[in-house]
Amino acid sequence: MPSGSARILSAETPLLEARRLTRRFGALVANDAIDLAVRAGEAHALLGENGAGKSTLVKMLYGLLQPDAGQVLWRGAPAALPDPRAARALGVGMVFQHFSLFDAMSVAENVALALDVPEPLPRVAERLAAVSSAYGLPLEPAREVWRLSVGERQRVEIVRCLMQDPRLIILDEPTSVLTPQEAEGLFGTLDRLRAEGRAVLYISHKLEEVRRLCEAATILRGGKVVAACDPRAESAASLARMMVGAEVGAARRADRGDAGPVRLSVHALSLPPDEPHGIGLHDVSLDLRAGEVLGIAGVAGNGQDALFAALSGERAAPAADRIILDGAAVGREDISARRRRGGAFVPEERLGHAAAPAFRLSENALLAGHATEGFAPGGLVRRSRLLGFVDRVTAAFDVRKGPRDPEARALSGGNLQKFVVGREILRGPRLLVVCQPTWGVDAGAAQVIRQAILDLARGGAAVLVISQDLDELLEITDRIAVIFHGRLSAATPTGWTTREEIGLLMGGAATAEAT
Amino acid sequence: MRLVLEQRAETGWALRLLSPLLAVALALVSAAVMFAALGADPLAALHAYFVLPLSDSWGLQEVAVKATPLVLISVGLAFCYRAGVWNIGAEGQFLVGALGGAWLAVATHGGAQGPWLLPAMLAAGALGGALFALIPALLRTRFGASEILTSLMLVYVAELLLDWLVRGPWRDPAGFNMPQTVTFSPAATLPLLAEGGRVNLGTPLTLLIVAAAALVAARTLKGFEIRLVGEAPRAARFAGFDAKRVTWAVFAFSGALAGLAGIMEVAGTLRQLQPGLSPGYGFTAIIVAFLGRLNPVGCLVAGVFLAVTFIGGENAQIMLRLPLDATRVFQGLLLFYVLACDTLLLYRLRLLRSAPA
Repeated sequence: MPSGSARILSAETPLLEARRLTRRFGALVANDAIDLAVRAGEAHALLGENGAGKSTLVKMLYGLLQPDAGQVLWRGAPAALPDPRAARALGVGMVFQHFSLFDAMSVAENVALALDVPEPLPRVAERLAAVSSAYGLPLEPAREVWRLSVGERQRVEIVRCLMQDPRLIILDEPTSVLTPQEAEGLFGTLDRLRAEGRAVLYISHKLEEVRRLCEAATILRGGKVVAACDPRAESAASLARMMVGAEVGAARRADRGDAGPVRLSVHALSLPPDEPHGIGLHDVSLDLRAGEVLGIAGVAGNGQDALFAALSGERAAPAADRIILDGAAVGREDISARRRRGGAFVPEERLGHAAAPAFRLSENALLAGHATEGFAPGGLVRRSRLLGFVDRVTAAFDVRKGPRDPEARALSGGNLQKFVVGREILRGPRLLVVCQPTWGVDAGAAQVIRQAILDLARGGAAVLVISQDLDELLEITDRIAVIFHGRLSAATPTGWTTREEIGLLMGGAATAEAT
Repeated sequence: MRLVLEQRAETGWALRLLSPLLAVALALVSAAVMFAALGADPLAALHAYFVLPLSDSWGLQEVAVKATPLVLISVGLAFCYRAGVWNIGAEGQFLVGALGGAWLAVATHGGAQGPWLLPAMLAAGALGGALFALIPALLRTRFGASEILTSLMLVYVAELLLDWLVRGPWRDPAGFNMPQTVTFSPAATLPLLAEGGRVNLGTPLTLLIVAAAALVAARTLKGFEIRLVGEAPRAARFAGFDAKRVTWAVFAFSGALAGLAGIMEVAGTLRQLQPGLSPGYGFTAIIVAFLGRLNPVGCLVAGVFLAVTFIGGENAQIMLRLPLDATRVFQGLLLFYVLACDTLLLYRLRLLRSAPA
């Protein structure tokens, strides 16, 4: 099609249009006759709960998945997208939520590797510098990726995408790994891109952000389009209602008196990173009282994994007295011993860490409870006890599943998370350490989980929540500390602090002053 | 148009059962083609391979004798592979087990022997196999060396050690310079189940071990621990299980069973050490373990099947002049098809039509 006619059309014709796009995975219809139209220069939000079908849709638009039915139109003409290369050639670029960068290589090398038409490295570095300064995305081409912060890594991904000169840029949950300040920088970049007539398809579940940034929104629920609207004309609550299909409440804070005695105490704990470019812990100290919820905020990859491993006993501390639980020095004890002392733990990764994907729920109950729950007296597994426990978790936490005892991977993310959290809370622990309790979980399940955490604390347990979701921490914690580069700030009462203060700490403001 | 593999959401039990049967069928078809290419009548060859060994008492006894070491070794390997520990060196552990037990028989030959000797030989065989298997375990857990390479290379060490012993220090002085030890005395020989038969006490002992192993795998915390370490190592760490300890345990266990199989073969069937005392039991057992779905009872069924191919191979060699290597080729084909069919368990094939341009 001659470019002149395209330009004439572009006033009314959408840049990209999906017509009745359908994709099935076995019995599940992930996308059911989706209609979507994105105009040039538009910031278009794609909203939906986890599992609503957002990822499937954009994967089809980027050529990573093939539709079973339906059509994609590019500037009004039918377009074939057999693979991402074809999508890029058309003018579609995508920035993924999870980065695909080689740690040991420089920024320029990473970008050069991804180009469809190979270019000499000096030329790439030159173009990269030009693009990054033009869009306010400062980067040093020669720097190795492992030295970069998460926000900088995202910039590499964005610049890499922009170097293909895309007309439509798809961003998948771009701010989930950024501090509030870094997110502001990103919004500035997006404004500049739109001013040039490029369209942005913005996947997010952060409603305030979408209302600020986007002038059109398509809302998915259960694989179908439930609404197309102008988010600026809606409230966050009305958008949430459309996403969930029901009213969403906030967790009820309990009226609590003073917190009890110190239950968990960490003294000057340092831990080396367990992989070459990883982050360890430096001189971390904290006190956690019975009946209290302490939040650890921080951008991903700042030592949260090491902190969880040290507190749970997956990694031993250098000395026993670095970690005191109920007056006992437990730093050298393993996770089973700490469970016997009343510890309960929920790691960040559901599949592969908290639960084994191909194992049944009963086996996943055995996984975390064999040391404390009498599931296997004398080493012989009692299946009836396991099934009874699974039934109790299912009832108490509304875990929705088909058969009584399915494989863990057959559950949706939210239901598996309810099971994994319920599995620990039902044991009535004295200490709960939970990492990203509602990561990628739909609003309804998140509500159940947050309420259960608050109820546990009200019952006298000590709870430590490690999360990147600042809103969640502000909602359920009594005190908040921030982890940055393996160092933990002092905890401040949640009511006394603001998002901005925490955001600055998440970006390393305190350590910058200290050094 | 192109073919792609797509991951299945869940694998049904019917498919799990069907997959090894499909593999066997495909291997049989390929074997028929191979036999035809070698100039033999494929139907006659298949008959010699798979029907004749099962058609008289002698053949059935031979199958039991050959199946015993295969089953015993493969049960140990099944635990290794469930734990994600790739012990390829069962052949070596088999030989060292044979050496360990035979050493007692040779050292006491013509001297103080008694009813204690046979149990001691079996224990020494199991211990020898276990210790030999702990070498790759140590290299793996201490230095991160690939157990696939180290365990395989140790097979050659064991073979050469056996060769040297039977040609040197342990050679039968009255054996006309043949590379073999003395024939073991009755006190050092596993008793036969029936007079004049071929099956010895090792076969029922193996059945007992299969039953015990099936119980451990299916019902105990230890069996769960082994499976979890193999399936989801990070979740196993979260469960409080130590992957290194599991590596040691499964290597020791599979080495002990391979060693036990070795000494039972020597003390029961051969009654002396000689080079080439194993027709590759330790390697064939790898096929048995996978064909048996890494399940002890499955290993029993698969072990009998592969034992039939050993006997059938001898039949075909005599009757149709087919080379003995044809048996090895068939076993290799079988492993190939088993692994290929397992892929279909986890994935489904999908034909993609490219969208109209």
